[in-house]
Amino acid sequence: MIELRHLSKTFRSADAEIRALDDICLQILDGEIFGIIGLSGAGKSTLVRCINLLERPDSGQVLLDGRDLAAMSAGELRSARKSMSMIFQGFHLLMQRTALENVCFPLELAGVKKDAARRRAKELLELVELPDKAGAYPVQLSGGQKQRVAIARALASDPKVLLCDEATSALDPKTTRAILELLKKLNRELGVTVVIITHEMRVVEQICSRVAILDQGRVQETGPVSEVFSNPQSAAGRRLVLPEGEKIHILPANRLVRLVFNGASASEPIISTLAIEQGIKLNIISADTRSIGEKTFGNMVLGLPEDETEAARALLYLRDLNGLTAEEVTEYV
Amino acid sequence: MFDPKDLELLKNIVQHDLLRFIWETLVMTFLPTVIAFLIGLPLGILLVVGEEDGILPLPKAVMKVIHVIINLLRSLPFLILLLVVMPLSRAIVGTSVGTAAMIVPLSIAAFPFVARLVETSIREVDHGVVEAALSMGASPAQIIRKVLIPEAKPALIANFMVSMITIFGYGAMSGAVGGGGLGNMAIQYGYNRHRPLVMYAAAVLLILLVQIFQSIGNTVAKKSDRRLRS
Repeated sequence: MIELRHLSKTFRSADAEIRALDDICLQILDGEIFGIIGLSGAGKSTLVRCINLLERPDSGQVLLDGRDLAAMSAGELRSARKSMSMIFQGFHLLMQRTALENVCFPLELAGVKKDAARRRAKELLELVELPDKAGAYPVQLSGGQKQRVAIARALASDPKVLLCDEATSALDPKTTRAILELLKKLNRELGVTVVIITHEMRVVEQICSRVAILDQGRVQETGPVSEVFSNPQSAAGRRLVLPEGEKIHILPANRLVRLVFNGASASEPIISTLAIEQGIKLNIISADTRSIGEKTFGNMVLGLPEDETEAARALLYLRDLNGLTAEEVTEYV
Repeated sequence: MFDPKDLELLKNIVQHDLLRFIWETLVMTFLPTVIAFLIGLPLGILLVVGEEDGILPLPKAVMKVIHVIINLLRSLPFLILLLVVMPLSRAIVGTSVGTAAMIVPLSIAAFPFVARLVETSIREVDHGVVEAALSMGASPAQIIRKVLIPEAKPALIANFMVSMITIFGYGAMSGAVGGGGLGNMAIQYGYNRHRPLVMYAAAVLLILLVQIFQSIGNTVAKKSDRRLRS
């Protein structure tokens, strides 16, 4: 288990002070896929780099299975880092080594004999579905292939944790999905804990079980992905989850109601049911819903009819439905 | 066009001394380059890893001393340095003239230059790769041996060739004060005896040698760089 306790980090330059991390507390459990999401500048990269102490926090503790990393000697920290691998947005492969030699690198560091290392490296390249690229140099590989090599390299030291710093941000959507599927498979088959730093919701949606929203160096909220994404409690969460986060000023004159879906059946046609059965017409002002499994999550803002009684009836109907909450709002974000 | 005596002297040199001159030039170029690398390579690496935010931070005072020594030696014109270190050459090699004696000033002149070249090449290694190695629990020594030097290898080979050509130039200069080689041929036989043909012949040979060094260097550097493979 990784436990972050009251981590703070401030970067100082001659004329400015940036509080990159502000009293961060998080628990990442063994075997889970944990997402840390935030816009750029939120402090995500600093946070992940603090987890393996590439960056030293000004205060607070990083506990790996109860042991404080900052209190370790240089040698102890190096061996702790071997159980906590990292992959990067820029892959960071050794350009003068082949894919196979790159995977051998951490094994060499650990003093594994050359033959044994190459055998293990071959197995790992098979595990990341790249067995035929063993002899290729990084410059000959595509982005997705490079990241697979980087993942194989990260796994070579049999880590308990895999830290992913924007690992898919340089990849196209299709490759991103494939890499995420691979991470999911590794999590399932090897039991490795995966920590994913990203600015993309779809990354978190696709594989994470729990998520923390980071904004201005603070954890704004944490929880299971389905809860946080369907009904964000923090302002930062809403900005992230709801479309654009901009207020639209062409508000219609009538009253508004916001529906928050948290698991309503995706197939139930709420708006048309209202129109057909009750004869009440609603305007859809904005909608951002997504299906996870059979269920719907997300938000929808509806404009209520001008007629007071019709509006009241519509509200009554909506509030009665399962799996969603309806609240009247004066503006929407 | 040339005095017949010119031709005669040149013929004489070609028959008796030319191979020795070329050999001396090669020795005076190659040996100091190797010695300069033995000192300059570790120094150049230290200049990068020893920085405050480097992988092996050294005390600021140590870094300062290294920088000062390098800058002082670099700002001394070679011909002056050569004269200044003559007693040292005599102490080490037993003489202050000739090819062997020139190895000392040439090495001293070249190692700070090499250190700066190496520093630049090591600095160009992607910091992300170093960070990746750190995240895998690599020690500073392992990062130097397995990341910095191999990743910078093509640049270091190019550095070696540039150093060699610079030292080659210094070596020719040393012909003026008793060094051996083609420089000696040009200055002692050509210039001092007023035999321009001999001087030109030496000049052409010097240019040829540089071209050969250069093309060997380029080929080796390119061949060793895996980033250029298509």
